[in-house]
Order: sequence, then structure tokens, then C-alpha cells
Amino acid sequence: MSSWLQKLLPPKINRNDGAAGRKTVPEGLWSKCPSCEAVLYRTDLESNSEVCPKCNYHNRISARARLNMLLDEEGRFEIGAEVQPIDPLKFKDSKRYADRLKSSQSDVGETDSLIVMQGSIKTLPVVIAAFEFKFMGGSMGSVVGERFVRGVMAAIEQKSPFICVAASGGARMQEGLFSLMQMAKTSAALTALSNAGLPYISVLTDPTMGGVSASFAMLGDVIVAEPQALIGFAGPRVIEQTVRETLPEGFQRSEFLLEHGAVDIIVDRREMRDRFVTILTSLMNKPAIS
Amino acid sequence: MKTSFLDFEQPIAELDAKIEELRYVQDDSALDISEEIDRLQEKNQAMTKDIYSKLTAWQISQVSRHPQRPYTLDYIQAMFTDFEELHGDRAYADDPAIVGGLARFEGEPVMVIGQQKGRDVKERQYRNFGMPRPEGYRKALRLYRMAEKFGLPIITLIDTPGAYPGIGAEERGQSEAIARNLYVMAELKTPIIGIIIGEGGSGGALALGVVDHLMMLQYSTYSVISPEGCASILWKSADKASLAAETLAITATRLKTMGLVDRIVAEPMGGAHRAPEVMVQTLRRALKDELARLTVKSKENLVAARFDRLMSYGQFKEVNIK
Repeated sequence: MSSWLQKLLPPKINRNDGAAGRKTVPEGLWSKCPSCEAVLYRTDLESNSEVCPKCNYHNRISARARLNMLLDEEGRFEIGAEVQPIDPLKFKDSKRYADRLKSSQSDVGETDSLIVMQGSIKTLPVVIAAFEFKFMGGSMGSVVGERFVRGVMAAIEQKSPFICVAASGGARMQEGLFSLMQMAKTSAALTALSNAGLPYISVLTDPTMGGVSASFAMLGDVIVAEPQALIGFAGPRVIEQTVRETLPEGFQRSEFLLEHGAVDIIVDRREMRDRFVTILTSLMNKPAIS
Repeated sequence: MKTSFLDFEQPIAELDAKIEELRYVQDDSALDISEEIDRLQEKNQAMTKDIYSKLTAWQISQVSRHPQRPYTLDYIQAMFTDFEELHGDRAYADDPAIVGGLARFEGEPVMVIGQQKGRDVKERQYRNFGMPRPEGYRKALRLYRMAEKFGLPIITLIDTPGAYPGIGAEERGQSEAIARNLYVMAELKTPIIGIIIGEGGSGGALALGVVDHLMMLQYSTYSVISPEGCASILWKSADKASLAAETLAITATRLKTMGLVDRIVAEPMGGAHRAPEVMVQTLRRALKDELARLTVKSKENLVAARFDRLMSYGQFKEVNIK
């Protein structure tokens, strides 16, 4: 849920869906790495897939940037864009959910927090779903579930692998139990993909928490994490309050998950295209693509 | 056992105390005040009925967590025979927050699994307040697969504040454990009936909740987040839990209207804990109906229908994209 995140993120990254992010990264020429504080050329960072050339820190990126990075330029087709959110519970806290949706849509330029695209990676046909974290913390409501399922079904239809790049705080509580049910819906869709003998790569990026982590994100045939991503079920602050202990160093980071056997590999963002094609062609018993 | 009353039941509690007092007086009194006692008892009934006919979502949530509410093992003991509890996930530990095993319902063998809360301080701690760790979900998973292998229907009894948010739970893959159950339950080739008997707390409940038929007891709740959690996040104040409970639509009635729950099982007046034997009777009948309906279906139809049902979850609009 979007606001779990507000609890678990440092305040400077946290505020207003990245408005603060824009402040630290102005339209200017320079940008400061949040990890090593190196001052970088904005264009250098962009051409380096938003990875800090000094310390390897992986900045968060948008769903579109992610898809651009992974997919070949030709032959892309968006899936499920016609599926759009409504406010089934007429949910209102300090703000109406309907208004939150509208303002997120105009701020972020997306209609919800998951973008699904079919295309290819180095000519290998794939369907990729990517989360837009800036849209209500990448929270999962009915639209995310439905687009995910349509993506999986498209993959089955064209006999291609499915890849999902997660970046989410969890379920979207403004949709109440409908959002919880998306965990079951997305996980069930993956049984169909599996029965069709098609591979699923789940990519965990910063952050992958709550209901997203406790459903399709942890169900990959191969689970890939970006370096240093926060990944877990409960947020660190909730855990700290529950157990009243200081959390161990590096707790719930990718490297911690790798050590505990929860993910297969940690892959640098800049190598993902190559590594995914290698993995997928092997899994599908196809000739290698160099 | 003496009934403990919730805040909003105070008028009932006061009347109850008065009746007790009169009974005590009557014992060593020449006067016959039994008529007066009867009158007060009627009044008590009417008052309970009145209060319970207009419970708010937040009040229902409190009834669902009532410390005297029947728990999973109470239902197993009362509704099933030949219960043989099976322990452990075969990998790490046995989690007492989830119990499960073989049993007979109306003479037929079944697998029954549920979260278990504790009654007193010691047992609450032992059961971790009904908050399972990964090994609990993995024990459930093992029992799901065993049920499938031997063709036993599965009955899950759901009653948890949620999956445990602890360091060890995270280290051992709480997320994966829940996710795996969702995945496996979706294609399990045996009937699954879920009954929410108390609190249906988020993903920790759903890991026992991917079913062919979902029942809710009248005063149970099912929610993506606790009203308190939601209030402190969205309203920045846990005091707004009552408002959050209303807004989140967590009651059986609301969820039935939304199509997310199949059947509401009526509770005795004042909640299941006021007359557990009546509750058990009603639930037994409901379970018998639904089990009979599901066990005649072919495995293929069952799994296909479950899949369609899962795919139908969600509310959205479809627009024309140019």
C-alpha cells in the first residue's frame, strides 16, 4: 500500500511521489548520488541506466524507462492500457480515492501503476510487466491485477516468456478487499503460464513489499533482484515496533535475501537484457542469441 | 465462564449484574422476586437484540476479536471427530499458530487447517496471537498436498490478525511462503472450503483463503489491512480506526454484496461466544450443504471454476484506447 512506504522510506525519497526526487535532481545539469553523494552529470547518469558510475547505486526508474531499457525498439505493443481504475468503495480519507487517482494520473502521466508490453529482447519474443512506483507507491489494485493477467494470457497465446519487474509498497488499501484478492488472482494466473511450460522471470527492484512480494513477485521460476533493493513482507518499521529490536545490518536488502536463499541472482540493471536472454533461451531450449 | 463484555455492551453488562444481584437476594429472601428477574431478563434480551441489530463495522471488528470467541480448535473439537493433528513443515519447525490434520466431518474424512489463537496469556504467547510464521504456512502447504493426494476435501478455519512481522519470519521467507500457498491452492485438485471464524487479517488470512466456497460468520471480518493500521497510515491517527473500519468494507454483509464472500453464517444473539453450541450447530449445517455440493463436482470442473472465479476478482472500467 502506498503509505506503508511512507513509513518505511527515508523522508527525502518518500514525499509526494517523487516531487522531492525532482528537487534533488533538478532539470539542471547535475545530480547528486543519494548513496555516495558523488556529483554526477545528469546525462551521464541517464546514459548509464540511472546507475551511479561511481558506486553502482541503482536509482529508481519509471516503468516506461524500464521497458525501454529491456525491450528491442521495434515491435512493441502495450497490453491492457484499456483497463483503468475506478473507486469501488467510494473510499475517502483525507482525500477521495477518486481524486488521488486523478492527481496521480496527471502527475505521473500513467493511468495506473502497472504497464505491460509485448515485444522482444534481442529478437526473443517476451511480455514484460513493469511497475510505476511513482503512481501511488506502485500499489496493487484491481487494474494491476487485471493487466498482469492479460499480460500472462498474451504470453501464453504467443508462447513467449513472461517477465515482471516489481516496484511496489504492496496492496492498494483504497480498494479494500478487492486489492487483497489481486494477490490470489495474479498468483493463479501464473499456474496457467506454468502449465503452458513457459518461463517466468520475476525481477525485484527497490522496493518490493507487502502483498506484491507475498504473491507473484516471489513465484518466479527465476527470481532476480537489483542490487541493494528493499524486499520483504512487512516494512522495517513495523517489524522494529513488533519485535523491539534493532534490525540487523542490510536487513531485507537484495544481498540479504540472496544470502538467505530467497532470490536466485542479483543482476546489475545494465546487464539484464543479456542475462535474461541467456536464461530464457536455455529454459526454452532454444539456440543461444549472442 | 463469566461473559466478558465489550465497551459498547456496557448497558447489557449492567443489566446482567443487576439480575445476578437479584438472584443472590432471592436465595435468602422470603419474597418472590422471580417475576422481576424474568422481566429484567426479557429486557436484557431485547437490549442485546437492539444493540446487535445496529453494530458498526468497528464494533463487529471487536466482536470478531472477542477474547471468549470460539477458536479453531474449539470448532474442530465440536464439529469433527477422529482429529489427528499433524505437525511441522519438515524443514524448520512446527508453528503452533497454525493447526491442522486429519479429521472426520459427518463421518467422512477431511483435512482441516486453521490459525489458532491462545486463550490465556501463556497460550497466547505460545500461539503467537494467531500470527503464523513461514513454517506455519509451509505446514499448511504440506497438508494441502497430502489432502490432494488422498482425495480429501480441505476445510480451512481463518482467524488471524495477519502473518507475523518478525526478523526470523522475513529471513525464512514469509513472502514466499504465503505466495506459494496462493499458487498451489489455485490448482489443488480437491474441494476447498474456507470459513472466516474471527479475524481475516490480510495476506496472512488469504494464505488459507483461496477456496471454492468462502463463508464468513456474521460477526467476523476480512480486510486487506487492520482498521488500526489503515487509520494510522491514512488518517495519521489510530483513533480513526472506527472510520477506517467503515471505509474499508470489512464486514460479512458488505463483502457479500461485493461478491467476495459466498455465504454468511448467522451467529447467536450477542455473538458466537454467547452460545457456542448453537454456533456449532448452524455452522455444521452450512458446511454439510456446501461440502455435499462441492464433492460431487469433477476435479477438472472444480479447478476450472476456481480459476475463473479468481480471474473475476477486481473492479475496473474498460475504455477505448485510440
